[in-house]
Amino acid sequence: MSASTLDVAYVADLARIDLAPDEKALFQKQLADVLGYVNQLQKVDISSVPDTPIDPHLPTNVLRLDEIRPGLPTADALANAPAQANSLITAPKIVE
Amino acid sequence: MTLATLSLTQLRQKLLAREISPADIVRDLAARRDAVDPAIGAYLRFDADRALADALHADISLPLGGIPVALKDNINTTGDLCTCASRFLANFRSPYDATVTRKLRAAGAILLGRCNMDEFAMGSSTENSALQPTRNPWDTQRVPGGSSGGSAAAVAADTAIVSLGSDTGGSIRQPAAFCGVVGLKPTYGRVSRYGLVAFASSLDQIGPFAGSVEDAALLLHAIAGPDPMENTSRPIPVPDYTAALTGHVEGLRVGIPKEYFVEGLDPEVASAVRAAIDWFANHGARVTEVSLPHTPAATAVYYIIATAEASANLARFDGVRYGHRAPDAKDPLDLYRRSRAQGFGPEVKRRIILGTYVLSSGYYDAYYNRAQKVRQLIRRDFTTAFESCDIILAPTTPTPAFRAGEKTADPLQMYLADIFTIAANLAGVPALSLPCGFSSCGLPIGLQIIGPHFAEETLFRAAHAYEQAHPWKDRKPAL
Repeated sequence: MSASTLDVAYVADLARIDLAPDEKALFQKQLADVLGYVNQLQKVDISSVPDTPIDPHLPTNVLRLDEIRPGLPTADALANAPAQANSLITAPKIVE
Repeated sequence: MTLATLSLTQLRQKLLAREISPADIVRDLAARRDAVDPAIGAYLRFDADRALADALHADISLPLGGIPVALKDNINTTGDLCTCASRFLANFRSPYDATVTRKLRAAGAILLGRCNMDEFAMGSSTENSALQPTRNPWDTQRVPGGSSGGSAAAVAADTAIVSLGSDTGGSIRQPAAFCGVVGLKPTYGRVSRYGLVAFASSLDQIGPFAGSVEDAALLLHAIAGPDPMENTSRPIPVPDYTAALTGHVEGLRVGIPKEYFVEGLDPEVASAVRAAIDWFANHGARVTEVSLPHTPAATAVYYIIATAEASANLARFDGVRYGHRAPDAKDPLDLYRRSRAQGFGPEVKRRIILGTYVLSSGYYDAYYNRAQKVRQLIRRDFTTAFESCDIILAPTTPTPAFRAGEKTADPLQMYLADIFTIAANLAGVPALSLPCGFSSCGLPIGLQIIGPHFAEETLFRAAHAYEQAHPWKDRKPAL
């Protein structure tokens, strides 16, 4: 697994972050260094590890009782919205 | 004589004896903060008027009654700003209390102010804060550590009695070591994260900073316990941690992991930690060497798992429902891309990109799945080690506090500042840092005590006994 396979521009697009050209160049180098470092994991013998971990200290699924409780009032939920109208958050339209 | 330099325990005694009032404490902290924080920058916001108003109604019969507590700025408090030191959340006001906030209020604590941090808790020096720098009270040319650098620096500078931080890979213990205070990352599942802004959910844990082990124990007691709002919090009763502070370590089995005494460990740190180990050996503890063979892989595992989880957790910051929205977006994709470009700082972008990459099609097995398996080996290392010891002693950090600007251009070097703290997060075990000496240039050195899951009492017992014999905490920075 070569570090050069990380195409920062492509992955930033997957992550929905616009990068300036100088950021792209800087991150390309810095992340190549980090990937070069993490590639040491390819040398660790993992043959003894099961696909599903068996560990009593890992969290298990916990469900609350399905009962009605007070929720966040609409005004509070909308208080941080960048734009709103009619108790709804407004955003650029998705379909033409 | 200012009350700002007293411990939580001392202040509670004076409050109960009616020698002082909660408002006296707030006033002294506010005066101290005005005098020294301009040079430190620990606080992003400090509301003395509100704290004074709250002090007048404080119920001192409660466990933390009348005690002011400072919070890292990623813990929600109804109606207050919660910025995560990010431009993205510069104007975000919390719609609800975090569980730890609610518990602090219920215990009678006074919420005092909000501490600086690396943006979204990503960093080891607090230099990634988008809002302001924070400096180390022991040397203002140096960093306080991170990401909870403000919470640690405030306690070290006596502008807070105690504070809360969060620890994903060392973000409580490393700044505690750099600033010469006590910091604890509790067991994964000991403290509810409901209302903590999520970074890496399989690793994040909230914990206390304090000037003494006893104060840290009292603060943990107030915030720990199961929470119906947080399904990783475990239904295990919270013990009276102060009952564990017996002052002796006789019969305690102490493990020394050889993998933590390696090349790159500063000689002064090594000798301070070795001296602490000798003290345990000379006071009835049984010291043995243990092995945590997968330690060298921990940092690599961490920067795959933590970034993968961050890339998913931070997907919520899209400019739609709250936080920064780029103006004049032409469509939703444009809105996401530009809001995130404008709102996030460089380290946050780097980690989201790395996390997106290690989860992406074709690389998932090679990076993420493999890292999860090595993580199991690291957990297994601890399980095996704790068959032959009760606690593990190690350095908290490879060096004392480094200089501001020293590592900012090289993210990998910054990541390696956390090599000794990350494994405890990956394994989910509790770990505490307390002062164990000073370097020749007067910088604090941290001793790390790691225990098995839910063995916080044992950590407190060992740390408190050592602290009683070594009052490093009485030494204060010149400010």
